Amino acid sequence: MSTAADSPELGAKAFKSDQQVKWCPGCGDHSILVQVQKVLASIGACRERTVFVSGIGCSSRFPYYMGTYGIHGIHGRAPAIATGVKCANPALDVWVVTGDGDALSIGGNHILHTIRRNVGLKIILLNNRIYGLTKGQYSPTSEFGTRTKSSPQGSIDHPIHPISVAIGSEITFVARTIDTDVAHVQYVLRRAAAHKGTAFVEVYQNCQVYNANAYGWATDRETKADHLLYLEHGKPLIFGKNRDKGIRLNGDTPEVVELGRVRPDDLVIHDEKAADSSMAFRLARMHYPAFPEPVGVFRAVEKPTYEELMMAQIAAERERHGPGDLEKLFRSGDVWEVTATDQG
Amino acid sequence: MSTATSKGRPTDQQSGKQVEELVQAAVRFAGDSGDGMQLVGGQFTSASAVFGNDVATFPDYPAEIRAPMGTLAGVSGFQINFASRDIYTPGDRVDVLVAMNPAALKVNLKDMAEGGTIIVNVDEFDEASLRRAQYDANPLETGELSRYRVYPVPMTQQTLEAVRETGLGPRDAGRCKNFYALGLVCWLFERPLEPTRRWINAKFARTPAVARANLLALEAGYAFGETAEMFSQRYRIRPARLAPGTYRNLTGNQALALGLVTAARLAGKPLFYGSYPITPASEILHDLATYKHFDVRVFQAEDEIAAMAAVVGAAFAGAIAATGTSGPGMALKQEALSLGVMTELPMVVVNVQRGGPSTGLPTKTEQADLWQAVMGRHGECPLPVLAAQSPADCFWAAIEAVRIAVQYMTPVVLLSDGYLANSSEPWRVPGKSDLPTIEIVHATDPATFRPYARDAHGARPWAIPGTPGLEHRVGGLEKADVTGEVCYVPENHQRMTELRAQKVANVVQDVPDQAVFGAPEGELLVVSWGGTFGAVRTAVEQAREKGRSVSHAHLRWLNPMPRNLGDVLRRFRRILVCELNLGQLQWLLRARYLVDAQGLHKVQGRPFRVGEITARIDEVVGGRA
Repeated sequence: MSTAADSPELGAKAFKSDQQVKWCPGCGDHSILVQVQKVLASIGACRERTVFVSGIGCSSRFPYYMGTYGIHGIHGRAPAIATGVKCANPALDVWVVTGDGDALSIGGNHILHTIRRNVGLKIILLNNRIYGLTKGQYSPTSEFGTRTKSSPQGSIDHPIHPISVAIGSEITFVARTIDTDVAHVQYVLRRAAAHKGTAFVEVYQNCQVYNANAYGWATDRETKADHLLYLEHGKPLIFGKNRDKGIRLNGDTPEVVELGRVRPDDLVIHDEKAADSSMAFRLARMHYPAFPEPVGVFRAVEKPTYEELMMAQIAAERERHGPGDLEKLFRSGDVWEVTATDQG
Repeated sequence: MSTATSKGRPTDQQSGKQVEELVQAAVRFAGDSGDGMQLVGGQFTSASAVFGNDVATFPDYPAEIRAPMGTLAGVSGFQINFASRDIYTPGDRVDVLVAMNPAALKVNLKDMAEGGTIIVNVDEFDEASLRRAQYDANPLETGELSRYRVYPVPMTQQTLEAVRETGLGPRDAGRCKNFYALGLVCWLFERPLEPTRRWINAKFARTPAVARANLLALEAGYAFGETAEMFSQRYRIRPARLAPGTYRNLTGNQALALGLVTAARLAGKPLFYGSYPITPASEILHDLATYKHFDVRVFQAEDEIAAMAAVVGAAFAGAIAATGTSGPGMALKQEALSLGVMTELPMVVVNVQRGGPSTGLPTKTEQADLWQAVMGRHGECPLPVLAAQSPADCFWAAIEAVRIAVQYMTPVVLLSDGYLANSSEPWRVPGKSDLPTIEIVHATDPATFRPYARDAHGARPWAIPGTPGLEHRVGGLEKADVTGEVCYVPENHQRMTELRAQKVANVVQDVPDQAVFGAPEGELLVVSWGGTFGAVRTAVEQAREKGRSVSHAHLRWLNPMPRNLGDVLRRFRRILVCELNLGQLQWLLRARYLVDAQGLHKVQGRPFRVGEITARIDEVVGGRA
């Protein structure tokens, strides 16, 4: 087994393929690719035991640029393809790279069911709120009223929110990060890699060509600290350039408060392991500009994985019936013998 | 009902009733869909099979689980043909009909043999039931059944009396009347009750009162035949001359599931079966879910597309990967199946065809997905296609499909149909030496590995994740020859398209030459494929017995077709293609071999009757015997 950790001089390089990367200059995909390669190297991932699976879209070219095994699939079906990979060999580390159209429009059904089954897949959703590869139509995460080639008068579709969808589908690990915050991307990816079960990571990123300012409010040096809320397990929800604002619950509803005017223990303490997902869902509903948008790990709970349960049933059936014996199987049920003497 | 001419008419020692010796009879149990007709039909089949007859069955049930009670729409039937000789079909005509209510009588009367026997549950022929069956007058009294031998038996009443001692309420007690009917028919044909007793005791082990009631009803029906003055004779059908061996009765779906498990075991691999429930393919999924001790990984997907996509993933990761569906599901799978063709991974797609288009006739049979199998998908996207010819043959066809898939690194479509899926016949348990070997050699050497290099078959290497140094990427984009890198070079696309086509054409090396039943040349060649084998073979046999110059070629491989097929076709003056569609194989044969093939087409959701084919043969070669 050749792990990058065994040969640190290889490092992230071991996870690069020899293919030329063909994303647009300045696209966040480049950064995510590099962070993924670095993280895999740093956690000692095993190249031959790692599989990257994707669907269709700019981000779905990802597997071609990885020095691991990979499948560049068809539109929306990456989670289903990856489920097949994981079931056939649960020892593999299986990653899915997808976009907002791929995961939430054409592949919405598969995302939903993969998450509820808790298949051991690491899903990275690169959310630029636009269709890039098909040259700029609105996506299921585009804001209402977005003007594009296919919505010149403004989109009349209401967007859905990936993390809300994931929590609604009973996700066991869900996080958000933003492509420009390299250290945070690495942190979130490391956490996802370590999770047992489905890990779902939403990455905010602009599309330099078709949606260049989708997340300006979150990347602008001057304002980003006021617009992003970094989640930390066991810590109060505090944000702002001067860390002077916080989130508390007013009844059931989150509200932004000035720190000086409330007691610190009135603030919501982030609990990513909460048995109940309601608070995580409330966090997912906090949107700019009314709220800072949370980044970090929303939820990380444990539940048996699909492949574990599948293999446990196989083991239990083997315990009960013995390892399959074809002779015995053929002769189960009502059988009868015809002998040569019956042929009278 | 065929009489055994050389035998006399002995008398039953115990009952003093006459025994008529037959070589074959077709019995149909018909009742409301809640009456348990499929169940007793299955039990009668087991009893006949264990007794040693050759059997062929045909269940016919409505798409609704419980259509309104007593109506024509709710009639469920199960036909079994059993014989002391080889038979290939469930029988054209019903010799003995058991009708549990007026609706069952009305729906099934048209299938009766002239002079056949009708046993009715006379208790259900009241005014309300007759009205539900749209009878203006009681057919038992109008004389309209005078061409048949009609036995009105008070089954409900007799059953209630027989099971009284168990203390069951009238509702539960009445439910046992299907076993009463079974007991009576078992008496009529000298069937042993023992297999059914065993089955009842096992099935109702947790509810002894119900088990006891069913046993009492079964025995009461048997005793009624023996003692009542009504029946003056019973029938004897001796065991058939089957080849020596151990036998088991299997439906096509059961056989297919067994075949997939066997193939995976022969390959030394886990079986991954990803599927979405759909009639009439679901039993394959159900059966495989009980074979987990064979390392069967059953994935009930969220939809047809996911099932197909997961199969592609499982194949990449090194499992024997298969999915099963029917027409509408097959349509949904086509895009992901194209990915299977493009990535050149081995997998099997089973299409248990049903009446279409759209939801069509979900519980009825048809062969109208041949074009979808051979020419579906998008782009130039060929793949091997084969079809099973009988219920037991589904076992062998499944093994063959897997063997070809892994040898040629390609998806393979295996066609079954609703008739094969639910019908049953005796299956001879294979010995080790009867089974083929399925040898799989995975690529392991990084020095020589090229993802799209090809072997003598034209297949690329199967390198699975977990193998150091062989990390590579597959996908839907066109790949460069040999290296497998993404490649948009025009000449490369042409070359790869041709290589993929050539690989599938190469499968012909594993397709046996087309055999001909009857003379290798002559006036008429009848051609068939898939589940129509039995009816067509029987019709051709009968025509040949009449001295007609007729032969039969049954195609197992639809793509590629056998090497010698063109020669075979050209040795006959006429060609008649019989299929349950509007001429899909006929069209393919005409296109490929430039022969003037004619067709016999049926799309009624039912298999061919032998008589329908015989009539057409007579029409074509009549007077040319």
